[in-house]
Amino acid sequence: MASVEPIVLANPTTSLAEYEAGGGYAALAKARELTPAEVTEELLSSELRGRGGAFFATGRKWSFVPSKEQIPKPHFLVVNADESEPGSFKDNEILSRVPHRFIEGCLITAHAIDCTKVFIYIRGEYSGPYAVLVEALQELRDRPDIRGDITIVVHRGAGAYICGEETALLESLEGKRGQPRSKPPFPAIAGLYAAPTVVNNVETIATVPPIIAMGGEAFAKLGVENTRGTRVVSISGNVVNGGNYEIESGMSLREIIYDLGGGIPDGRALKAVVPGGSSTVILRADEIDVGYDFDSLAQLRTAMGSAGIVVLDDRCCIVQLGIRFSEFYEHESCGKCTPCREGTRWLTAILRKLEDGRATQRDLDLLLDVCDRINGKCLCPLGDSDAIIVASYVAKFRDEFIAHIEQGGCPFGGASSLDHVLAPIQMSHSREREWLEVGHA
Amino acid sequence: MTLHEAIQAERAKYPEGSQSATLPALRLAQEKYGWLSPEALREVADALEVTPAFCKSVASFYDQLHLAPIGEHLVEVCTNVSCAVVGAQQVVEAFESELGCRAGETSEDGKVTLRVVECLGGCGWATIVAVDNAYRTHVRADDVPAIVEELRG
Repeated sequence: MASVEPIVLANPTTSLAEYEAGGGYAALAKARELTPAEVTEELLSSELRGRGGAFFATGRKWSFVPSKEQIPKPHFLVVNADESEPGSFKDNEILSRVPHRFIEGCLITAHAIDCTKVFIYIRGEYSGPYAVLVEALQELRDRPDIRGDITIVVHRGAGAYICGEETALLESLEGKRGQPRSKPPFPAIAGLYAAPTVVNNVETIATVPPIIAMGGEAFAKLGVENTRGTRVVSISGNVVNGGNYEIESGMSLREIIYDLGGGIPDGRALKAVVPGGSSTVILRADEIDVGYDFDSLAQLRTAMGSAGIVVLDDRCCIVQLGIRFSEFYEHESCGKCTPCREGTRWLTAILRKLEDGRATQRDLDLLLDVCDRINGKCLCPLGDSDAIIVASYVAKFRDEFIAHIEQGGCPFGGASSLDHVLAPIQMSHSREREWLEVGHA
Repeated sequence: MTLHEAIQAERAKYPEGSQSATLPALRLAQEKYGWLSPEALREVADALEVTPAFCKSVASFYDQLHLAPIGEHLVEVCTNVSCAVVGAQQVVEAFESELGCRAGETSEDGKVTLRVVECLGGCGWATIVAVDNAYRTHVRADDVPAIVEELRG
Protein backbone atom coordinates (compact mmCIF):
# COMPACT_ATOMS: atom_id res chain seq x y z
CA MET A 1 0.00 0.00 0.00
CA ALA A 2 1.31 3.42 -0.95
CA SER A 3 2.26 5.82 1.80
CA VAL A 4 -0.37 8.38 2.66
CA GLU A 5 -0.29 12.09 3.33
CA PRO A 6 -0.91 12.60 7.03
CA ILE A 7 -4.19 14.27 7.87
CA VAL A 8 -4.17 14.09 11.67
CA LEU A 9 -0.48 14.91 12.14
CA ALA A 10 -0.30 17.15 9.03
CA ASN A 11 1.49 20.53 9.31
CA PRO A 12 2.47 20.20 12.95
CA THR A 13 2.44 23.48 14.84
CA THR A 14 1.61 24.70 18.31
CA SER A 15 1.02 28.26 17.10
CA LEU A 16 -2.50 29.52 16.45
CA ALA A 17 -1.34 31.92 13.72
CA GLU A 18 0.51 29.17 11.85
CA TYR A 19 -2.38 26.78 12.24
CA GLU A 20 -4.84 29.31 10.85
CA ALA A 21 -2.46 30.21 8.01
CA GLY A 22 -2.53 26.55 7.02
CA GLY A 23 -6.33 26.53 6.89
CA GLY A 24 -6.87 25.73 10.56
CA TYR A 25 -10.29 26.36 12.11
CA ALA A 26 -11.87 26.52 8.63
CA ALA A 27 -13.49 23.13 9.27
CA LEU A 28 -15.01 24.58 12.45
CA ALA A 29 -16.51 27.47 10.47
CA LYS A 30 -17.82 24.98 7.94
CA ALA A 31 -19.33 22.80 10.68
CA ARG A 32 -21.06 25.77 12.30
CA GLU A 33 -22.85 26.43 9.00
CA LEU A 34 -24.32 22.94 9.37
CA THR A 35 -26.88 21.76 11.89
CA PRO A 36 -25.65 19.36 14.59
CA ALA A 37 -27.48 16.54 12.83
CA GLU A 38 -25.71 17.34 9.56
CA VAL A 39 -22.30 17.26 11.27
CA THR A 40 -23.14 13.88 12.79
CA GLU A 41 -24.25 12.74 9.33
CA GLU A 42 -20.78 13.59 7.94
CA LEU A 43 -19.22 11.47 10.68
CA LEU A 44 -21.55 8.59 9.92
CA SER A 45 -20.66 8.71 6.22
CA SER A 46 -16.93 8.90 7.10
CA GLU A 47 -17.31 5.55 8.89
CA LEU A 48 -14.85 6.78 11.53
CA ARG A 49 -14.54 4.38 14.43
CA GLY A 50 -13.18 5.31 17.84
CA ARG A 51 -9.39 5.34 18.12
CA GLY A 52 -9.19 4.65 21.86
CA GLY A 53 -9.46 0.91 21.50
CA ALA A 54 -13.14 -0.07 21.48
CA PHE A 55 -13.54 0.91 17.81
CA PHE A 56 -17.14 2.07 18.19
CA ALA A 57 -18.58 4.13 15.30
CA THR A 58 -18.12 7.76 16.32
CA GLY A 59 -21.15 9.12 14.46
CA ARG A 60 -23.37 6.49 16.05
CA LYS A 61 -22.05 7.32 19.51
CA TRP A 62 -22.93 10.97 18.94
CA SER A 63 -26.37 10.06 17.61
CA PHE A 64 -27.20 8.26 20.88
CA VAL A 65 -27.23 11.54 22.80
CA PRO A 66 -30.88 12.28 23.56
CA SER A 67 -32.39 15.65 22.76
CA LYS A 68 -32.72 18.21 25.52
CA GLU A 69 -36.47 17.76 25.29
CA GLN A 70 -36.06 14.04 26.08
CA ILE A 71 -33.62 14.64 28.93
CA PRO A 72 -33.59 18.26 30.11
CA LYS A 73 -29.97 18.36 31.26
CA PRO A 74 -26.81 19.93 29.84
CA HIS A 75 -24.76 17.72 27.51
CA PHE A 76 -21.06 17.16 28.06
CA LEU A 77 -18.16 16.23 25.85
CA VAL A 78 -15.40 14.43 27.75
CA VAL A 79 -12.19 13.74 25.88
CA ASN A 80 -10.22 10.74 27.03
CA ALA A 81 -6.59 11.84 27.04
CA ASP A 82 -5.67 9.34 29.74
CA GLU A 83 -3.48 7.36 27.34
CA SER A 84 -1.84 4.72 29.54
CA GLU A 85 -1.92 1.48 27.56
CA PRO A 86 1.59 0.00 27.47
CA GLY A 87 2.86 0.47 23.92
CA SER A 88 0.63 3.43 23.03
CA PHE A 89 1.92 7.00 22.95
CA LYS A 90 0.10 8.42 19.92
CA ASP A 91 -2.12 10.82 21.85
CA ASN A 92 0.99 12.22 23.51
CA GLU A 93 2.26 13.08 20.00
CA ILE A 94 -1.08 14.48 18.77
CA LEU A 95 -1.52 16.75 21.81
CA SER A 96 2.08 17.92 21.65
CA ARG A 97 2.33 18.53 17.90
CA VAL A 98 -1.15 19.47 16.65
CA PRO A 99 -2.94 20.90 19.71
CA HIS A 100 -5.08 23.26 17.67
CA ARG A 101 -6.36 20.51 15.38
CA PHE A 102 -7.35 18.64 18.51
CA ILE A 103 -9.07 21.71 20.00
CA GLU A 104 -10.81 22.35 16.69
CA GLY A 105 -12.12 18.78 16.88
CA CYS A 106 -13.40 19.44 20.41
CA LEU A 107 -15.27 22.53 19.24
CA ILE A 108 -16.81 20.77 16.22
CA THR A 109 -17.87 17.82 18.36
CA ALA A 110 -19.37 20.14 20.96
CA HIS A 111 -21.45 21.70 18.18
CA ALA A 112 -22.53 18.26 16.93
CA ILE A 113 -23.78 17.12 20.32
CA ASP A 114 -25.15 20.50 21.38
CA CYS A 115 -22.93 21.07 24.37
CA THR A 116 -21.13 24.10 25.76
CA LYS A 117 -18.85 22.42 28.25
CA VAL A 118 -15.91 20.23 27.28
CA PHE A 119 -13.68 18.39 29.73
CA ILE A 120 -10.33 17.04 28.62
CA TYR A 121 -9.18 14.37 31.06
CA ILE A 122 -5.42 14.14 30.56
CA ARG A 123 -3.25 11.69 32.46
CA GLY A 124 -1.33 13.35 35.26
CA GLU A 125 2.05 12.21 33.97
CA TYR A 126 1.62 14.10 30.67
CA SER A 127 2.92 17.40 31.99
CA GLY A 128 4.50 18.19 28.60
CA PRO A 129 1.35 17.79 26.48
CA TYR A 130 -0.64 19.46 29.26
CA ALA A 131 1.51 22.58 29.04
CA VAL A 132 1.13 22.66 25.23
CA LEU A 133 -2.62 22.30 25.51
CA VAL A 134 -2.97 25.03 28.15
CA GLU A 135 -0.82 27.35 26.04
CA ALA A 136 -2.97 26.67 22.96
CA LEU A 137 -6.15 27.35 24.94
CA GLN A 138 -4.62 30.58 26.24
CA GLU A 139 -4.18 31.71 22.66
CA LEU A 140 -7.91 31.24 22.11
CA ARG A 141 -8.88 33.41 25.06
CA ASP A 142 -9.10 36.49 22.88
CA ARG A 143 -10.80 34.69 20.04
CA PRO A 144 -14.52 34.44 20.80
CA ASP A 145 -15.05 33.90 17.05
CA ILE A 146 -13.38 30.50 17.47
CA ARG A 147 -14.42 29.61 21.02
CA GLY A 148 -18.04 30.53 20.59
CA ASP A 149 -19.93 29.88 23.83
CA ILE A 150 -17.90 26.76 24.61
CA THR A 151 -15.77 26.36 27.73
CA ILE A 152 -12.95 23.82 27.69
CA VAL A 153 -11.59 22.60 31.04
CA VAL A 154 -8.40 20.56 31.14
CA HIS A 155 -8.60 18.13 34.03
CA ARG A 156 -5.45 16.31 35.10
CA GLY A 157 -5.51 12.73 36.34
CA ALA A 158 -3.07 11.61 39.00
CA GLY A 159 -1.74 8.22 37.90
CA ALA A 160 -4.20 5.37 37.33
CA TYR A 161 -4.45 3.26 34.15
CA ILE A 162 -8.03 2.32 34.95
CA CYS A 163 -9.14 5.93 34.44
CA GLY A 164 -8.81 5.30 30.70
CA GLU A 165 -11.94 3.14 31.01
CA GLU A 166 -14.72 5.62 30.28
CA THR A 167 -16.89 5.15 33.35
CA ALA A 168 -13.87 5.07 35.67
CA LEU A 169 -12.75 8.26 33.97
CA LEU A 170 -16.12 9.86 34.72
CA GLU A 171 -15.90 8.78 38.36
CA SER A 172 -12.41 10.26 38.58
CA LEU A 173 -13.58 13.46 36.88
CA GLU A 174 -16.31 13.69 39.49
CA GLY A 175 -13.60 13.72 42.14
CA LYS A 176 -13.81 10.12 43.29
CA ARG A 177 -11.66 7.01 43.18
CA GLY A 178 -11.46 5.88 39.57
CA GLN A 179 -13.57 2.75 39.72
CA PRO A 180 -15.72 1.64 36.76
CA ARG A 181 -19.49 1.90 36.92
CA SER A 182 -21.98 -0.76 36.07
CA LYS A 183 -23.48 -0.27 32.60
CA PRO A 184 -26.23 0.50 31.64
CA PRO A 185 -26.91 3.34 31.90
CA PHE A 186 -24.36 4.24 29.26
CA PRO A 187 -22.65 7.64 29.34
CA ALA A 188 -24.73 8.88 26.37
CA ILE A 189 -27.76 8.77 28.69
CA ALA A 190 -26.26 9.23 32.16
CA GLY A 191 -22.56 10.08 32.07
CA LEU A 192 -20.82 13.00 33.76
CA TYR A 193 -22.96 14.36 36.63
CA ALA A 194 -25.61 11.87 35.43
CA ALA A 195 -26.12 13.97 32.29
CA PRO A 196 -25.85 12.85 28.64
CA THR A 197 -22.14 12.61 27.84
CA VAL A 198 -20.02 11.69 24.86
CA VAL A 199 -16.59 10.27 25.70
CA ASN A 200 -14.16 10.26 22.77
CA ASN A 201 -10.44 9.54 22.46
CA VAL A 202 -7.91 12.25 21.52
CA GLU A 203 -7.12 10.80 18.08
CA THR A 204 -10.82 10.38 17.29
CA ILE A 205 -11.38 14.05 18.09
CA ALA A 206 -8.31 15.16 16.12
CA THR A 207 -9.64 13.25 13.10
CA VAL A 208 -12.91 15.20 13.11
CA PRO A 209 -11.61 18.45 11.52
CA PRO A 210 -10.08 16.74 8.47
CA ILE A 211 -13.30 14.73 8.03
CA ILE A 212 -15.39 17.90 8.00
CA ALA A 213 -12.84 19.63 5.73
CA MET A 214 -12.67 16.86 3.12
CA GLY A 215 -16.19 15.49 3.62
CA GLY A 216 -17.14 12.18 5.16
CA GLU A 217 -17.31 10.34 1.87
CA ALA A 218 -13.80 11.40 0.83
CA PHE A 219 -12.46 10.20 4.18
CA ALA A 220 -14.24 6.88 3.71
CA LYS A 221 -12.30 6.36 0.45
CA LEU A 222 -9.11 6.05 2.51
CA GLY A 223 -8.30 2.75 4.16
CA VAL A 224 -10.15 -0.50 3.75
CA GLU A 225 -13.62 -1.80 4.45
CA ASN A 226 -14.61 -1.44 8.12
CA THR A 227 -11.44 0.54 8.86
CA ARG A 228 -11.55 3.84 7.07
CA GLY A 229 -9.15 6.71 7.01
CA THR A 230 -5.74 6.92 8.59
CA ARG A 231 -4.42 5.73 11.89
CA VAL A 232 -1.59 7.01 14.05
CA VAL A 233 0.37 3.95 15.12
CA SER A 234 2.96 3.83 17.90
CA ILE A 235 5.96 1.58 17.31
CA SER A 236 8.22 0.55 20.17
CA GLY A 237 10.32 -2.24 21.61
CA ASN A 238 13.07 -3.96 19.62
CA VAL A 239 12.81 -1.77 16.56
CA VAL A 240 15.26 0.63 14.89
CA ASN A 241 13.04 3.70 14.58
CA GLY A 242 10.55 3.75 17.43
CA GLY A 243 7.97 6.51 17.15
CA ASN A 244 4.53 7.47 15.90
CA TYR A 245 3.58 7.14 12.25
CA GLU A 246 0.34 8.02 10.51
CA ILE A 247 -0.59 5.25 8.09
CA GLU A 248 -3.46 4.51 5.79
CA SER A 249 -5.53 1.83 7.52
CA GLY A 250 -4.88 -1.57 6.03
CA MET A 251 -1.12 -1.19 5.52
CA SER A 252 0.50 -4.49 6.43
CA LEU A 253 2.01 -5.01 9.85
CA ARG A 254 5.22 -6.18 8.16
CA GLU A 255 5.48 -2.87 6.27
CA ILE A 256 4.82 -0.93 9.46
CA ILE A 257 7.56 -2.75 11.35
CA TYR A 258 10.17 -2.95 8.60
CA ASP A 259 9.52 0.04 6.30
CA LEU A 260 8.48 2.58 8.92
CA GLY A 261 10.08 1.11 12.03
CA GLY A 262 13.29 0.17 10.22
CA GLY A 263 13.17 -3.46 11.35
CA ILE A 264 14.88 -5.24 14.20
CA PRO A 265 18.21 -3.85 15.50
CA ASP A 266 21.41 -5.69 16.43
CA GLY A 267 20.90 -8.33 13.72
CA ARG A 268 18.34 -10.12 15.88
CA ALA A 269 15.34 -12.07 14.61
CA LEU A 270 11.73 -11.04 15.15
CA LYS A 271 9.97 -13.25 17.66
CA ALA A 272 6.56 -11.73 18.31
CA VAL A 273 4.49 -8.58 18.00
CA VAL A 274 1.95 -7.11 20.39
CA PRO A 275 -0.23 -5.45 17.76
CA GLY A 276 -2.42 -2.93 19.58
CA GLY A 277 -1.16 -2.22 23.08
CA SER A 278 -0.57 -4.66 25.92
CA SER A 279 -4.22 -5.80 25.99
CA THR A 280 -4.19 -7.41 22.55
CA VAL A 281 -3.58 -11.03 21.56
CA ILE A 282 0.05 -11.60 20.55
CA LEU A 283 1.17 -12.43 17.01
CA ARG A 284 4.06 -14.72 16.15
CA ALA A 285 6.71 -13.59 13.66
CA ASP A 286 5.03 -15.68 10.96
CA GLU A 287 1.73 -13.84 11.40
CA ILE A 288 2.73 -10.28 10.48
CA ASP A 289 1.72 -10.40 6.81
CA VAL A 290 -1.62 -9.06 7.87
CA GLY A 291 -3.38 -5.80 7.14
CA TYR A 292 -3.44 -3.36 10.03
CA ASP A 293 -7.21 -3.08 10.03
CA PHE A 294 -10.13 -4.41 12.05
CA ASP A 295 -11.23 -7.31 9.83
CA SER A 296 -7.77 -8.62 8.96
CA LEU A 297 -6.64 -8.62 12.59
CA ALA A 298 -9.96 -10.11 13.74
CA GLN A 299 -9.23 -13.13 11.55
CA LEU A 300 -6.19 -13.69 13.76
CA ARG A 301 -8.40 -13.08 16.82
CA THR A 302 -6.57 -9.89 17.70
CA ALA A 303 -7.16 -6.17 17.31
CA MET A 304 -5.72 -2.73 16.64
CA GLY A 305 -6.69 -1.67 20.15
CA SER A 306 -4.99 1.63 20.82
CA ALA A 307 -2.46 1.03 18.02
CA GLY A 308 0.55 0.41 20.24
CA ILE A 309 2.76 -1.98 18.30
CA VAL A 310 5.37 -3.57 20.55
CA VAL A 311 8.08 -5.43 18.65
CA LEU A 312 9.88 -8.24 20.45
CA ASP A 313 13.05 -9.93 19.27
CA ASP A 314 14.25 -13.47 19.92
CA ARG A 315 15.79 -12.57 23.29
CA CYS A 316 12.36 -12.17 24.89
CA CYS A 317 11.13 -14.96 27.16
CA ILE A 318 7.37 -15.25 26.68
CA VAL A 319 6.75 -16.36 30.27
CA GLN A 320 8.56 -13.24 31.48
CA LEU A 321 6.50 -11.18 29.06
CA GLY A 322 3.39 -12.63 30.68
CA ILE A 323 4.76 -11.86 34.14
CA ARG A 324 5.58 -8.26 33.32
CA PHE A 325 2.22 -7.50 31.71
CA SER A 326 0.36 -9.41 34.40
CA GLU A 327 2.19 -7.42 37.07
CA PHE A 328 0.96 -4.33 35.28
CA TYR A 329 -2.69 -5.40 35.37
CA GLU A 330 -2.35 -6.57 38.96
CA HIS A 331 -0.96 -3.16 39.90
CA GLU A 332 -3.64 -1.26 38.00
CA SER A 333 -6.66 -3.34 39.01
CA CYS A 334 -8.98 -0.99 40.91
CA GLY A 335 -10.06 -3.82 43.21
CA LYS A 336 -13.80 -3.45 42.68
CA CYS A 337 -14.45 -6.86 41.03
CA THR A 338 -13.09 -9.95 42.75
CA PRO A 339 -12.15 -11.98 39.63
CA CYS A 340 -9.87 -9.17 38.45
CA ARG A 341 -8.48 -8.13 41.84
CA GLU A 342 -7.60 -11.69 42.86
CA GLY A 343 -7.18 -13.25 39.42
CA THR A 344 -4.53 -10.89 38.08
CA ARG A 345 -2.48 -11.61 41.19
CA TRP A 346 -2.90 -15.34 40.66
CA LEU A 347 -1.80 -15.09 37.05
CA THR A 348 1.38 -13.30 38.09
CA ALA A 349 2.06 -15.86 40.82
CA ILE A 350 1.57 -18.91 38.60
CA LEU A 351 3.66 -17.41 35.80
CA ARG A 352 6.37 -16.65 38.36
CA LYS A 353 6.26 -20.28 39.49
CA LEU A 354 6.75 -21.37 35.88
CA GLU A 355 9.63 -18.97 35.41
CA ASP A 356 11.32 -20.14 38.61
CA GLY A 357 11.07 -23.79 37.57
CA ARG A 358 8.71 -24.82 40.37
CA ALA A 359 5.72 -25.51 38.12
CA THR A 360 4.19 -28.69 36.78
CA GLN A 361 1.69 -29.35 34.00
CA ARG A 362 -1.06 -28.87 36.60
CA ASP A 363 0.07 -25.28 37.16
CA LEU A 364 -0.18 -24.60 33.44
CA ASP A 365 -3.72 -25.99 33.51
CA LEU A 366 -4.46 -23.84 36.56
CA LEU A 367 -3.12 -20.77 34.74
CA LEU A 368 -5.63 -21.24 31.92
CA ASP A 369 -8.38 -22.05 34.40
CA VAL A 370 -7.77 -18.74 36.20
CA CYS A 371 -7.92 -16.96 32.82
CA ASP A 372 -11.37 -18.50 32.27
CA ARG A 373 -12.51 -17.43 35.72
CA ILE A 374 -11.62 -13.78 35.06
CA ASN A 375 -12.74 -13.41 31.47
CA GLY A 376 -16.15 -11.77 31.06
CA LYS A 377 -16.89 -11.70 34.78
CA CYS A 378 -16.10 -8.11 35.66
CA LEU A 379 -17.52 -4.63 35.12
CA CYS A 380 -14.70 -3.52 32.83
CA PRO A 381 -12.18 -5.21 30.52
CA LEU A 382 -9.04 -4.71 32.65
CA GLY A 383 -8.95 -8.22 34.08
CA ASP A 384 -10.15 -9.67 30.78
CA SER A 385 -7.13 -8.12 29.08
CA ASP A 386 -4.71 -9.92 31.37
CA ALA A 387 -6.60 -13.20 30.96
CA ILE A 388 -6.83 -12.95 27.18
CA ILE A 389 -3.21 -12.10 26.57
CA VAL A 390 -1.80 -14.68 28.96
CA ALA A 391 -3.97 -17.36 27.33
CA SER A 392 -2.73 -16.20 23.93
CA TYR A 393 0.91 -16.50 25.03
CA VAL A 394 0.26 -20.11 26.07
CA ALA A 395 -1.64 -20.88 22.85
CA LYS A 396 1.03 -19.42 20.57
CA PHE A 397 4.18 -20.35 22.50
CA ARG A 398 3.12 -23.55 24.25
CA ASP A 399 6.50 -25.18 23.61
CA GLU A 400 8.22 -22.44 25.54
CA PHE A 401 5.90 -22.90 28.52
CA ILE A 402 6.46 -26.67 28.40
CA ALA A 403 10.22 -26.08 28.27
CA HIS A 404 10.01 -24.08 31.49
CA ILE A 405 8.34 -27.08 33.14
CA GLU A 406 10.56 -29.77 31.66
CA GLN A 407 13.85 -27.93 32.16
CA GLY A 408 12.87 -26.80 35.64
CA GLY A 409 13.34 -23.13 34.78
CA CYS A 410 13.81 -20.52 32.11
CA PRO A 411 15.36 -21.88 28.90
CA PHE A 412 16.95 -18.47 28.37
CA GLY A 413 19.16 -19.08 31.41
CA GLY A 414 19.30 -15.43 32.47
CA ALA A 415 19.80 -14.05 28.95
CA SER A 416 16.25 -12.89 28.27
CA SER A 417 15.67 -9.20 27.57
CA LEU A 418 13.07 -9.16 30.35
CA ASP A 419 15.21 -10.85 32.98
CA HIS A 420 14.78 -9.54 36.55
CA VAL A 421 12.79 -6.46 35.61
CA LEU A 422 11.55 -4.63 38.68
CA ALA A 423 7.85 -3.82 38.37
CA PRO A 424 6.06 -1.27 40.58
CA ILE A 425 3.92 -4.05 42.13
CA GLN A 426 7.13 -5.62 43.44
CA MET A 427 8.00 -2.40 45.25
CA SER A 428 4.74 -2.64 47.17
CA HIS A 429 5.17 -6.38 47.76
CA SER A 430 8.54 -5.84 49.36
CA ARG A 431 7.00 -3.17 51.58
CA GLU A 432 4.27 -5.63 52.55
CA ARG A 433 6.86 -8.28 53.35
CA GLU A 434 8.81 -5.90 55.57
CA TRP A 435 5.63 -5.02 57.38
CA LEU A 436 4.75 -8.69 57.86
CA GLU A 437 8.21 -9.44 59.22
CA VAL A 438 7.94 -6.58 61.65
CA GLY A 439 4.51 -7.87 62.64
CA HIS A 440 5.87 -11.33 63.44
CA ALA A 441 8.88 -10.13 65.44
CA MET B 1 -2.82 33.26 46.29
CA THR B 2 -3.26 31.04 49.34
CA LEU B 3 -3.93 27.35 48.92
CA HIS B 4 -7.50 27.94 50.03
CA GLU B 5 -8.01 30.58 47.34
CA ALA B 6 -6.35 28.45 44.66
CA ILE B 7 -8.70 25.58 45.52
CA GLN B 8 -11.74 27.87 45.30
CA ALA B 9 -10.54 28.92 41.81
CA GLU B 10 -10.45 25.24 40.82
CA ARG B 11 -13.92 24.64 42.23
CA ALA B 12 -15.28 27.48 40.10
CA LYS B 13 -14.38 25.52 36.95
CA TYR B 14 -16.89 22.78 37.75
CA PRO B 15 -20.64 22.76 38.32
CA GLU B 16 -21.75 23.85 41.76
CA GLY B 17 -22.18 21.00 44.19
CA SER B 18 -19.80 18.67 42.34
CA GLN B 19 -16.63 17.31 43.93
CA SER B 20 -14.66 17.49 40.69
CA ALA B 21 -12.06 19.82 42.20
CA THR B 22 -10.81 17.05 44.50
CA LEU B 23 -7.90 15.94 42.33
CA PRO B 24 -6.85 19.48 41.36
CA ALA B 25 -7.01 20.47 45.04
CA LEU B 26 -4.90 17.51 46.15
CA ARG B 27 -2.39 18.31 43.42
CA LEU B 28 -2.15 21.92 44.57
CA ALA B 29 -1.61 20.86 48.18
CA GLN B 30 1.07 18.40 47.14
CA GLU B 31 2.80 21.08 45.07
CA LYS B 32 2.85 23.32 48.13
CA TYR B 33 3.90 20.82 50.80
CA GLY B 34 5.70 18.13 48.79
CA TRP B 35 3.38 15.41 50.06
CA LEU B 36 -0.10 14.96 51.45
CA SER B 37 0.39 14.94 55.20
CA PRO B 38 -2.62 14.54 57.50
CA GLU B 39 -2.48 18.32 58.02
CA ALA B 40 -2.45 18.97 54.27
CA LEU B 41 -5.40 16.63 53.77
CA ARG B 42 -7.30 18.49 56.49
CA GLU B 43 -6.58 21.80 54.78
CA VAL B 44 -7.82 20.44 51.44
CA ALA B 45 -10.90 18.96 53.09
CA ASP B 46 -11.77 22.28 54.71
CA ALA B 47 -11.41 24.11 51.42
CA LEU B 48 -13.58 21.55 49.62
CA GLU B 49 -16.08 21.22 52.47
CA VAL B 50 -15.63 17.47 52.66
CA THR B 51 -14.02 15.22 55.27
CA PRO B 52 -10.27 14.50 55.46
CA ALA B 53 -11.17 10.81 55.20
CA PHE B 54 -12.80 11.39 51.83
CA CYS B 55 -9.70 13.23 50.61
CA LYS B 56 -7.46 10.41 51.82
CA SER B 57 -9.65 7.76 50.20
CA VAL B 58 -9.30 9.55 46.87
CA ALA B 59 -5.60 10.33 47.26
CA SER B 60 -4.73 6.73 48.11
CA PHE B 61 -6.12 5.58 44.76
CA TYR B 62 -3.67 7.53 42.61
CA ASP B 63 0.01 6.76 42.09
CA GLN B 64 1.11 10.36 41.74
CA LEU B 65 -0.27 11.46 45.07
CA HIS B 66 2.10 10.84 47.95
CA LEU B 67 0.79 9.96 51.38
CA ALA B 68 4.33 9.74 52.76
CA PRO B 69 7.15 12.26 52.45
CA ILE B 70 9.41 12.01 49.39
CA GLY B 71 12.78 13.52 48.58
CA GLU B 72 13.44 16.94 47.12
CA HIS B 73 13.43 15.39 43.66
CA LEU B 74 11.49 12.46 42.24
CA VAL B 75 13.00 10.10 39.69
CA GLU B 76 10.60 7.64 38.07
CA VAL B 77 11.83 4.99 35.68
CA CYS B 78 9.34 3.19 33.44
CA THR B 79 9.95 -0.55 33.52
CA ASN B 80 7.05 -1.67 31.37
CA VAL B 81 7.82 -3.95 28.43
CA SER B 82 8.80 -1.45 25.72
CA CYS B 83 11.29 0.23 28.04
CA ALA B 84 12.40 -3.02 29.68
CA VAL B 85 13.41 -4.77 26.45
CA VAL B 86 15.82 -1.95 25.64
CA GLY B 87 17.46 -1.76 29.07
CA ALA B 88 15.21 -0.01 31.63
CA GLN B 89 16.34 -2.39 34.37
CA GLN B 90 19.97 -1.37 33.81
CA VAL B 91 18.84 2.25 34.15
CA VAL B 92 17.10 1.43 37.44
CA GLU B 93 20.19 -0.34 38.75
CA ALA B 94 22.41 2.56 37.71
CA PHE B 95 20.20 4.94 39.70
CA GLU B 96 20.22 2.58 42.68
CA SER B 97 23.98 2.45 42.63
CA GLU B 98 24.47 6.21 42.13
CA LEU B 99 21.92 7.13 44.80
CA GLY B 100 22.82 4.37 47.23
CA CYS B 101 19.19 3.41 47.73
CA ARG B 102 16.73 0.93 46.24
CA ALA B 103 13.77 1.72 44.04
CA GLY B 104 10.96 2.80 46.33
CA GLU B 105 13.36 4.56 48.69
CA THR B 106 14.91 8.01 49.14
CA SER B 107 18.65 8.69 49.08
CA GLU B 108 20.21 9.22 52.49
CA ASP B 109 20.75 12.94 51.90
CA GLY B 110 17.01 13.28 51.30
CA LYS B 111 17.64 14.68 47.83
CA VAL B 112 16.16 12.05 45.55
CA THR B 113 13.34 9.51 45.76
CA LEU B 114 13.67 6.71 43.21
CA ARG B 115 10.66 4.78 41.93
CA VAL B 116 9.86 2.41 39.13
CA VAL B 117 6.54 3.18 37.46
CA GLU B 118 4.19 1.71 34.92
CA CYS B 119 4.03 2.85 31.31
CA LEU B 120 4.57 6.61 30.97
CA GLY B 121 3.38 6.77 27.35
CA GLY B 122 6.67 7.39 25.58
CA CYS B 123 7.38 3.78 24.57
CA GLY B 124 9.05 4.55 21.24
CA TRP B 125 11.57 6.81 22.94
CA ALA B 126 12.59 4.29 25.60
CA THR B 127 13.85 4.27 28.25
CA ILE B 128 11.62 6.98 29.67
CA VAL B 129 12.62 8.54 32.98
CA ALA B 130 10.43 11.21 34.54
CA VAL B 131 12.55 13.60 36.58
CA ASP B 132 10.27 15.79 38.70
CA ASN B 133 7.50 14.88 36.21
CA ALA B 134 9.41 16.03 33.11
CA TYR B 135 10.21 13.23 30.66
CA ARG B 136 13.77 12.38 29.66
CA THR B 137 13.82 10.17 26.59
CA HIS B 138 16.24 7.53 25.31
CA VAL B 139 17.89 7.33 28.74
CA ARG B 140 20.66 4.76 29.04
CA ALA B 141 22.48 3.53 32.12
CA ASP B 142 25.50 5.67 31.04
CA ASP B 143 23.38 8.82 31.31
CA VAL B 144 22.45 8.21 34.94
CA PRO B 145 25.52 9.67 36.76
CA ALA B 146 25.04 13.03 35.02
CA ILE B 147 21.33 13.13 35.91
CA VAL B 148 22.06 12.35 39.55
CA GLU B 149 24.82 14.97 39.67
CA GLU B 150 22.40 17.53 38.23
CA LEU B 151 19.84 16.73 40.92
CA ARG B 152 22.33 16.80 43.77
CA GLY B 153 23.39 20.25 42.55
